[in-house]
Amino acid sequence: MPRRDDLHRILILGSGPIVIGQAAEFDYSGVQACKVLKEEGYEVVLVNSNPATIMTDPEFADATYVEPLLPGPVAQIIEKERPDALLPTLGGQTALNLARSLHEDGTLEKFGVELIGANYDAIGRAEDRDLFAQTMAKAGLQMPRSAIVSSLGEAMAALEEVGLPVIIRPAFTLGGRGGGVARTEEEYRKVVARGLDASPISQVLVDQSVIGWGEFELEVMRDHNDNCVIVASIENIDPMGVHTGDSVTVAPQQTLTDRLYQKLRDQAFQVIRAVGVETGGSNVQFAVNPETEEVLVIEMNPRVSRSSALASKATGFPIAKIAARLAVGYALEEIDNDITQATPAAFEPTIDYVVVKWPRFAFEKFAGADAELTTHMKSVGEAMAMGRTFQQAFGKAMRSRELDREADVSGTDEELLERLETPSADRYDVLFEVFRRGVGTDVVRERTGIDPWFLNELRALATNPDAAFAGERTFKAVDTCAAEFEARTPYFYSGWERTKDDEVERGTNASVMILGSGPNRIGQGIEFDYCCVHAAMTVRASGRDAVMVNCNPETVSTDYDTSDRLYFEPLTLEDVLGVVAVEKPEGVIVQFGGQTPLKLAKGLEEAGVPILGTSVDAIDLAEERGRFSALLDELGLQAPPYATAHSVDEALDAADGVGFPLLVRPSYVLGGRAMEIVYSRDGLADYLEREAPKDGAAIFLDRFLENAVEVDVDALCDGEEAWIGGMLQHVEEAGIHSGDSAQVLPPHSLGPEMLAELSRQTQAIALKLGVVGLINVQYAVADGRVFVIEANPRASRTVPFISKAVGVPLAKMACRLMLGEKLADLDLPEDPMAGSHVSVKEAVLPFDRFKEADAVLGPEMRSTGEVMGVARDFPTAFAKAQAAAGSALPTHGTVFLTVTDSDKTAAQGIAAMLHDAGFRIVGTRGTAQAIRGIGVPCDALNKVAEGSPHIVEAIESGEIDLVINTPTGSGARSDGAEIRRAAVAAGVPCITTMSSGMAAARAILAAQRGGPAEVLSLQEIHATTTPA
Amino acid sequence: MSATAYVLLEDGTKFEGEAVGADAHAVGEVVFTTGMAGYQESVTDPSFAGQLITFAYPHIGNYGVSDAAMESSGIHARAVIMREGVNHTETPGSTGGWLDWLVAEGIPAITGVDTRALVRHIRSAGSMRGGVFPASVSESTARELIEAEPSMVGADFAKTVTPSEVIRVGEGDGPLIAAIDTGIKTSIVNHLVARGAVVDLHPCSTSSATILETNPDAVFMANGPGDPAALDYVVQTLRELVGKKPVWGICLGHQLLSRAVGLDTFKLPFGHRGVNHPVKDVETGRIEITSQNHGFAVVGPGGAHTISVDEPVRFETDFGAAQLSRVNLYDRTVEGLKLLDVPAGTIQYHPEAGPGPHDAHHLFDDFLKDVQQVA
Repeated sequence: MPRRDDLHRILILGSGPIVIGQAAEFDYSGVQACKVLKEEGYEVVLVNSNPATIMTDPEFADATYVEPLLPGPVAQIIEKERPDALLPTLGGQTALNLARSLHEDGTLEKFGVELIGANYDAIGRAEDRDLFAQTMAKAGLQMPRSAIVSSLGEAMAALEEVGLPVIIRPAFTLGGRGGGVARTEEEYRKVVARGLDASPISQVLVDQSVIGWGEFELEVMRDHNDNCVIVASIENIDPMGVHTGDSVTVAPQQTLTDRLYQKLRDQAFQVIRAVGVETGGSNVQFAVNPETEEVLVIEMNPRVSRSSALASKATGFPIAKIAARLAVGYALEEIDNDITQATPAAFEPTIDYVVVKWPRFAFEKFAGADAELTTHMKSVGEAMAMGRTFQQAFGKAMRSRELDREADVSGTDEELLERLETPSADRYDVLFEVFRRGVGTDVVRERTGIDPWFLNELRALATNPDAAFAGERTFKAVDTCAAEFEARTPYFYSGWERTKDDEVERGTNASVMILGSGPNRIGQGIEFDYCCVHAAMTVRASGRDAVMVNCNPETVSTDYDTSDRLYFEPLTLEDVLGVVAVEKPEGVIVQFGGQTPLKLAKGLEEAGVPILGTSVDAIDLAEERGRFSALLDELGLQAPPYATAHSVDEALDAADGVGFPLLVRPSYVLGGRAMEIVYSRDGLADYLEREAPKDGAAIFLDRFLENAVEVDVDALCDGEEAWIGGMLQHVEEAGIHSGDSAQVLPPHSLGPEMLAELSRQTQAIALKLGVVGLINVQYAVADGRVFVIEANPRASRTVPFISKAVGVPLAKMACRLMLGEKLADLDLPEDPMAGSHVSVKEAVLPFDRFKEADAVLGPEMRSTGEVMGVARDFPTAFAKAQAAAGSALPTHGTVFLTVTDSDKTAAQGIAAMLHDAGFRIVGTRGTAQAIRGIGVPCDALNKVAEGSPHIVEAIESGEIDLVINTPTGSGARSDGAEIRRAAVAAGVPCITTMSSGMAAARAILAAQRGGPAEVLSLQEIHATTTPA
Repeated sequence: MSATAYVLLEDGTKFEGEAVGADAHAVGEVVFTTGMAGYQESVTDPSFAGQLITFAYPHIGNYGVSDAAMESSGIHARAVIMREGVNHTETPGSTGGWLDWLVAEGIPAITGVDTRALVRHIRSAGSMRGGVFPASVSESTARELIEAEPSMVGADFAKTVTPSEVIRVGEGDGPLIAAIDTGIKTSIVNHLVARGAVVDLHPCSTSSATILETNPDAVFMANGPGDPAALDYVVQTLRELVGKKPVWGICLGHQLLSRAVGLDTFKLPFGHRGVNHPVKDVETGRIEITSQNHGFAVVGPGGAHTISVDEPVRFETDFGAAQLSRVNLYDRTVEGLKLLDVPAGTIQYHPEAGPGPHDAHHLFDDFLKDVQQVA
């Protein structure tokens, strides 16, 4: 059956902000779906709260709603747009859950919206653990066996069923206290008895242990004719016990015999059929016991997933694109394989290279967080590498990680082996070290459970790292078919062979190379990929070939559709020069991929590679404190007092000259890594002890301006003239990293004269630096005075948000300038912020993943993603952004305040507003007293130290609907930290600055007055401005 | 990197590598397979007789060798060409390392070859003769050895792999299947026997009369190596059996039945070898991902090498009406034949897998059900 003509308008749900476990892969899949459905002639309505996505670019849908992914707003959008169908399988768990809610609350039925791609019952069978287990049992498939027992007698009966070894977990104990693993019957009796004792309800869960079993994933596709194919097999090098998102994985699977692999394949089909996913892609995970060849089904995702993005990039088979076509009626055989353009999509990709995926972690950002890798995903990004052999791929993947610092592999052999027993972010660095020291694979096998095949390869790579890369770098094509058919899609990776045999057909057209941003990490995420994709579009539109170099499999930039030629390579100088050698580009764009390409700029320039746009020297000028300070002096602009030190003593000496409080940080960092505010010499000494300057690297000390308002200004410059694209006022006071701060466009509390001054200063800096392209300048405004905090002559994190807020694609404009056009050629609006709407950006933080870490904001960036709220007024936009970020503000209930003394006046005002709005107000003793002082009733609650019943208990029991808590600025174990942690755990919005507290109060009042906020599409908002 | 062996093709193209198998040379037809696992099944498949196998997937040997993966009693491929030969011995259930086994079996093998470059060359220039040689063999000697090797076109390799006398497999009172053994794979026999059949493996030169004397319930035409056009004696036997006994066949057997009903066969440019080819049953619309290993294919009744329509192509034969029942969705070549007036049908691909997907296992059930109905 070909295209369904009974559908006209289709609603696609995105996945919202980037969070751990749900990242840029859903932008990639969503973009593919939007493109395909538009190509097929459908009208596309899109909802996604994440402005940093390509999918929310207005050109990808007919109506783009940057609105919260919540049943209320989406129901409003459905009522307004009246789509015929909803495609929920491309926006991760968020979209799937939302679709379920919309079905359950009757919205879909009420407006006659059909769920396509997956049906409600199938979603339930896959997502509900019990239903899934029943479904698997009915299909005759095995899952890990388990039982719940309440006595030793029951436990012994259960053992017959479950079999040794088992994991015993007492019910309702914190952190599994009293549990353990039993390998013998004797151990079992002992641990069960202990567990029953530890459990307050005398109950333990007994699970068959699959720790140490091999973990495999198969990506399955099914069409409405019930034809099924496997797109890829993925093997986790880390055995069962580590979340697949945190595992180093390899495709195709390496260690299974064909016979055993086919058994998994058969079962994967049984799973997708039993669950009832009628069309589309699913991911099925298996545990395999290599000794007994026992196969257990672990779980399945009835949708496009992180693994399917990886499988698509690994094989060239675009799962999301094909899933979208299947959802609107096509069969696999009716869809062309893009790569060969001669064969249908009804086939199974086969490859002639090896793919390794490596997770990227950010534990250094979360002091106190438990860094053990478990079944709970903790990585924030990933890199993928391809090679002709496993060792080539693994070596390239290691290079692709771009670690900020080398792993510490010191210690005795035994210490290292002990570290290997606990899966960790640096597990393979340690493993390499023990191999280098001559430890055998059998010993490592015993400690890690990693399959000997991998250990043999890894030992060879560790002890002889050059052997795998002997010969010549040669660029091979990714073609889905191991060269059986000619590849039409230019998607390449480098391998090393005896003789060069490059498959690149370069043609004669001039090319421009765009360097991507590598694995996502905190401080360098999807925003930069967004800019790189825009650069590719612009280069293509200019008539040149766009050449993309990147190693992040989640992204739109590494979709082979995005550029004319895609090179899936690590972003190291050597690897990039390898691509330069075959491409001979007219120029390279390093401005758009964050720090990753910037770090390569100097080396590229020295190698004679032309850098487009702002010169390498200008970038250095802006980064180098001394030079930049001289430039500001020359322009008559002010910066906060600062000093640069290269040793602990130098830093302590310089501190008094600069004056406390101080903002300290190491040089050349993105995302405020290791940046802190210190209030005293002792505080500084403590910081320096933890972050001692290494090898003469610089430490910056800046005077921290308390109570200043921070502003981000993004501008375009052609070297002769500069144009202000947008200004963002931070909602939080200075001291919160701009990436973590809520921001408003246009600035809500600065007058026109101040805006004009910021504009003047930005233009002066841009021209003085000789910027060609983008520049971002950060200011602090204190007592009517402007201080320049820093200037970044490159695309910054704010570009996508501003572009969407003002309706001008800044990255595209910047790219045109870099390619030689002038600002005058760009037809830019005079005042891009003149629209009648307000946009608010809010950061999304991963504290729910790192429950042990303090949930307070500071100068070190810790957010993983962002959302945008757009409305006709600031309070409504702020409320939308809060709701989109997962902390919807309450409209009634109880608000709890506890603030530092300096914030007490502001707290009184907020309390009064919320009291008038019908809220019950509670506070800790001091705060309550202050609030009662202005005649607002306020009950006092105990601090934790004051004993039960205290505030943390109140939050945990659901008594509190909103927390406003400003930190005292000291240690992580403070009361405030406990309060914030409890709020995060309970899902209660927790506001940590007075200015956002005030914004929240105003938003609550606005919501009470106006009911649900109006939903607005970007196309409506920017109907008057001309999109370029 | 030292080169201790090389691959030379008849057109002079040369690829260097390291010798890892038996210290000897081998010449024959150089072909490639794209399957990523199942290397042991491949080299022991008699259909590879006379050929040197290039594995497109780099790592070959990852899980060693085992008795369960044998598709016949020994290796039939003449040599193995790999990017990264592996001698892993630690897989549970394996009886030894892959490279050790190749040495023990006397099979030359080469690793470190840019197999992708080699596959791309064959894809565009076509399968051709060539050889794997130790570095000690001079190129001129190698060239002579290649020239001396007969072409695959017109070659009867079945006679080299067929048994010298009848072998019976299975027992009981299930249907008796007379298999004309042109190089049958163990998996095929196992599938038939697992479903209760008793299988007689006949030498491929056995006459129809001899076969009929055993009073089989059906005749099975096996897979096998070489050019079907060189097997007119088997085609003649088959013509004498069609209509008398139900006939089913796989791969070479399919080509022979096609020839028996008047269709021609031709040499594919570089064959179908792998485990990912989609085949559509144009009668039901179902698509199977199939295991393939053949260098020749069937010409359609109109003389076309490909079928453009997605429906059965009907034509008349000496045995009544027939139709082409299956088509390869990669290159639209013929993948199945069915006679409509007598019980006979064949398929080009390998439902037994070994290696490859199990999508077509059900064809064994269908076959034995049909046999039982006729009987």
